[in-house]
Amino acid sequence: MIATGRTGIGRIKASGSARSGAEHWWRQRLTAIANLPLVVWFVVSAVSLSGAGYEEVRAWLGGLFNSTMMVLLVVSLFWHARLGVQVVLEDYVHDRALRLAARLGLDLLAVALAVSCLLAILVVSLGS
Amino acid sequence: MVQLALPANSRVQPGRRHPAPAGAARPREFAVYRWSGVPGEPPRLDTFTIDLADCGPMVLDALIKIKAEVDSTLTFRRSCREGICGSCAMNIDGNNTLACTKAIEDISGTVKIYPLPHMQVIKDLVVDFSTFWAQYESIEPWLKTYTPAPAKERRQSPAERERLDGLYECILCACCSTSCPSYWWNGDRYLGPAALLQAYRWLADSRDEATAERLEELEDPFKLYRCHTIMNCTNTCPKGLNPAKAIAEIKKLIVEKHL
Repeated sequence: MIATGRTGIGRIKASGSARSGAEHWWRQRLTAIANLPLVVWFVVSAVSLSGAGYEEVRAWLGGLFNSTMMVLLVVSLFWHARLGVQVVLEDYVHDRALRLAARLGLDLLAVALAVSCLLAILVVSLGS
Repeated sequence: MVQLALPANSRVQPGRRHPAPAGAARPREFAVYRWSGVPGEPPRLDTFTIDLADCGPMVLDALIKIKAEVDSTLTFRRSCREGICGSCAMNIDGNNTLACTKAIEDISGTVKIYPLPHMQVIKDLVVDFSTFWAQYESIEPWLKTYTPAPAKERRQSPAERERLDGLYECILCACCSTSCPSYWWNGDRYLGPAALLQAYRWLADSRDEATAERLEELEDPFKLYRCHTIMNCTNTCPKGLNPAKAIAEIKKLIVEKHL
């Protein structure tokens, strides 16, 4: 609640509309749809690569299709996770300062993890 | 953080027991939430055993009988006794519904009656609807137009009128909003299924010309997008309406505006 001492309607109207939310809702669904084939592809690939050595995996990841799919998977997965955790924070963390801090931490964590995954893909697929 | 446990003063204590009258043909136990309205005093659960042979068929009939014959201090709202005013909404047998349209025989065992969940209780089964009404008012539930009023009436085809079916029947009993976990956690900012169903009732009205403004006002992470399609609203609606679908339609209209 932004202010107290207001009437009910005054309080509801005072918070107005952020005129946003549709973008988040839409992207969450887009990434969910994208995750479906990407995750299935990843699980099938991981199973087929079980027991393979480093050189074999590197050769597999060096292919343009596989490396492209891996990059797409990482981007879509971390984007979706970031959007989803944001909803959880909005639902349950009611202290505004704490929520802001958590949102910043979430963004940093999601970007850091995604970047490190992408770098790993790059390093492995290009070979050292 | 969200509050998951009740504060000490709100934990329900065992209450008074009112046994069945002598010679009751069909005794039935009703457990009713009671709170005096005195701050600091904990609520209690009173049990009343009444004779169904001498009582109307609905839960409201039993409550009226208890108030008239056993404990006149029992406080609840009621008016039309036929499911059209929405006054007697309460939590009966674990579901939000109207006491006047809920048949006692549809409930097995003790009939448990509580106020609508997660609302501020004023006394016994009476809860504070100030925020709920303010949220309804905030969606501006009236016809808004830019074309000057015609000489007679704003016309609507039968097909256009049909689009209001399943929307206009809402009696604002608040069963849906108070069954929604999102409304429990963020009831001060999330408009809730009842207000949003009414928001869609005006978006769906062919005579209303304020669709763009209405959608702009609704596009908000808290006012609208706290709906996570949990569907409690639709499951509990005593009028058989579908607020979850209305909310989905609003989200669709907003996305279409962006595309």
